[in-house]
Amino acid sequence: MTKPYQLVVNAKPVTVSAPGDKPLLWVLREELHMPGTKFGCGAGLCGACTVLLNGQAVRSCQTPVSAAAGHRITTIEGAKALPQGNRIVAAWQEIDVPQCGYCQAGQILSATSLLLVNPHPSDAEIDSAMSGNICRCSTYLRIRRAIRKAAGLADVTEDAA
Amino acid sequence: MSAPALNRRGFIAASLVAGGTLAFDAHFALAEAPGAAAINAFIRIGADNTVTIGAKNPEIGQGIRTMLPMLIAEELDVSWDQVVIEQTLANEKIYGRQTAGGSTATPVNWLPLRQVGAAARAVILSAAAKVWGVEPASLTTQAGVVIHAASGRRAPYAAFAREAATLPAPDLDKVALKSPAAFTIIGQSKPGVDTPKIVTGKPLFGIDVDLPGMLHAALIKAPCHGATLASHDASAVLATKGVVAVVPINSGFVAKDKFDALAVVGPSWWSVKNAREHVKAVWDDTAQKAFSTAGYAKAAAEAVQGPAPVELFKAGDVEGALKGATKTITADYSYPFLAHGTLEPQNCTALWQEGKLEIWAPSQNPGAGRTETAAMLGISPDDLTIHMTRIGGGFGRRLMNDYMVMVAQVARGVPGRPVKLLFDRTDDLRNDYYRPAGWHRFTAGLDAQGALVAFKDHFVSFGKDGKPIRAAEMSGYEFPAPVVPHVHLGATFLPTNLATGWLRAPTSNAMGFVFQCFLDEVAEAAGLDLPELMRRTLGAPRELPAEKGRPQLHTGRARGVIDAVCRMAHWQGGALPPGPQGEKRGRGFGFYFSHRGYFAEVVEITFTDATTVRVDKVWAAGDIGSQIINPINARHQVQGAVIEGIGQAIAGLKIEQVDGVITAENFQDFPLLRIDAAPREIAVEFLKTDFPPTGLGEPSLPPVIPALANAIRAASGVRHRSLPLVWA
Repeated sequence: MTKPYQLVVNAKPVTVSAPGDKPLLWVLREELHMPGTKFGCGAGLCGACTVLLNGQAVRSCQTPVSAAAGHRITTIEGAKALPQGNRIVAAWQEIDVPQCGYCQAGQILSATSLLLVNPHPSDAEIDSAMSGNICRCSTYLRIRRAIRKAAGLADVTEDAA
Repeated sequence: MSAPALNRRGFIAASLVAGGTLAFDAHFALAEAPGAAAINAFIRIGADNTVTIGAKNPEIGQGIRTMLPMLIAEELDVSWDQVVIEQTLANEKIYGRQTAGGSTATPVNWLPLRQVGAAARAVILSAAAKVWGVEPASLTTQAGVVIHAASGRRAPYAAFAREAATLPAPDLDKVALKSPAAFTIIGQSKPGVDTPKIVTGKPLFGIDVDLPGMLHAALIKAPCHGATLASHDASAVLATKGVVAVVPINSGFVAKDKFDALAVVGPSWWSVKNAREHVKAVWDDTAQKAFSTAGYAKAAAEAVQGPAPVELFKAGDVEGALKGATKTITADYSYPFLAHGTLEPQNCTALWQEGKLEIWAPSQNPGAGRTETAAMLGISPDDLTIHMTRIGGGFGRRLMNDYMVMVAQVARGVPGRPVKLLFDRTDDLRNDYYRPAGWHRFTAGLDAQGALVAFKDHFVSFGKDGKPIRAAEMSGYEFPAPVVPHVHLGATFLPTNLATGWLRAPTSNAMGFVFQCFLDEVAEAAGLDLPELMRRTLGAPRELPAEKGRPQLHTGRARGVIDAVCRMAHWQGGALPPGPQGEKRGRGFGFYFSHRGYFAEVVEITFTDATTVRVDKVWAAGDIGSQIINPINARHQVQGAVIEGIGQAIAGLKIEQVDGVITAENFQDFPLLRIDAAPREIAVEFLKTDFPPTGLGEPSLPPVIPALANAIRAASGVRHRSLPLVWA
């Protein structure tokens, strides 16, 4: 049941041998030794494992490698190669969004996906797009502010977002 | 209030190491710090004038890897840009206390780490004075450069390494420290030192440890805490190539000659996780099956009817005073067990080789982990080498070291190969060390002037033989007990099979809710608002009594934050006019003192429909002493704690048990608060008072929970007395 699958990860073609139902998350972490994509719940509930599949945010713990084969995959390690991802990462760093940092790869990719489809999101659209990603440290005010900054929207104070 | 004091046994030694690097090793023995034997620190100044500072404490997102080195760098008088932070090993014999818990790192390290930096600078200045043939007093420093103003000479610290290494160590207690006005690093916002790595996905966390030939282990744990393995059959999986071993292990929670878990080991975690269902295990769990959430609630409801068997505090004649009171108020409060739900599931990696263990531990408390792991393996604690990883959320869960104890046994089962044990989310939620549930029956009495003259609480939580189990205690000095003339605080401790532990602001996260909500009821009965009742009850500025060795509440500092938050929020009581669509709105107040920190908070809410509360804004005023060391991180800690507290109140968080077994499976059953429920604004102010700086990880969390419940009361007229708040 192990088969070779051809993936395009961060613009680089790679071939992995894995069972077709092995989640992309575990292919990235175990086969490709790319630990940036995080395991949080294994059920698509927390968003820690978010990657982009053809620019769209997906939960890699719920995406079998067979379904990812042939598609463009963007992980946190390659997020800066996208202009939107680059702006998001820069804003995240400037505002110092992370606390423990564990959820932030998923947050950054969800935010990048949002800006890909909606360059100037409203506050409600930001909350809606990001509500699949849990931050246990509750960095939510800074996540909102960093997305606004990356989108070129008016900045808010450090108390608000 | 007493801050941890230093005795006079500190020393610093300078030496030359490879490549002409000047190394300073400092050692302090602490006189008074709770549980602390010593503090050590190291600084290295490289030939290129790069300053490497060892970060010794576990980083769980509280910002300690950034903050402790700031203290050294400030007094060493180097530029923050030239500093490189290096994580030390966990080795309490070298580095002393290495714990992320109790908001203790700031009070414990504030003075000694600055002294380390100052002493190292003094050695360099002496060396420069000798080399240049000038008086040390004629020299100044700036950004890692020694300056002789009279002659215009300047040279980097590294230029004096050889000379400095030959000089005697200065007396740490006599080195001069900067006046706060001269600080260039302390008090300046410094982003987290790991942020650039986090936002680009670099391996940092325990789960990211990846070693050549590493195996993976998935856990099969007894469904009931405390149950033990009767028998198991792993033949179905051992025949497959995906599984190399199934190892019976002991989590440390059951008797040492028993097992309460199995580890399924193989080359892929995803494969061994799936293989678990083909392992048959029979558990001895008859005794544990008797415990349930419903059973606890019934026992607690019965207990509060009668007298409390355990006395916590007694003053005056409470029954007599209640009989004579003009008004009495009685109410029952409760809160559930809580898991921690760290987003990085519990994990640990270990390698067993030639009778020694090397371990990569995301632990908040690796020193205790060393002792427990060595005891379980029957080896010397010195035979463990412990690497500290960044930690994907602590919140107190990782003060417990079950994952270290367990992975060590797995590693011994596959000698010579590293193995990583990883919990899945269900393992993590069902094998936590939970914040214990609790129940309170309060009665208060007011005299004719509306003053609080009698106060009574029958507290019910969990314990054995009249003693609380871990984190299930209540202080006999909970405010307002020390200031009311007639008081009785008593307790009943029920049995449970569950493992319990510390959750961020332990005990305070629950006591803040019940005491400040009940006092809000008392204030209502007295015709006051809670801030005003607090002012009258706190009285003149003084320190209130506390348990021996525990921080004392200073009523003046409490008053300070209460007044500050009322000013910030323009507090006029809890009533607010309805929203544009007629929505009910309201405000609530809460104060709490914990972990040496004072916080008062105001929450403003809107009912967007009959059963949905939106938190619009929170104001937080804090007093943690004379100096905020890293302002950006301080604000982040407060805002995160406030949102966490809101989540404990309204997100539906609880852990329940049926027939001994925890029911929660995943985040749908433990719904951590998400961004769409976070307030739009959290205003934070710190009062700078003339007290030593203290910690911030915890004290801002407790007040927001009662403030929110009190706001709901003000908006809707309904008093909620049980967490999580639900609308039936």
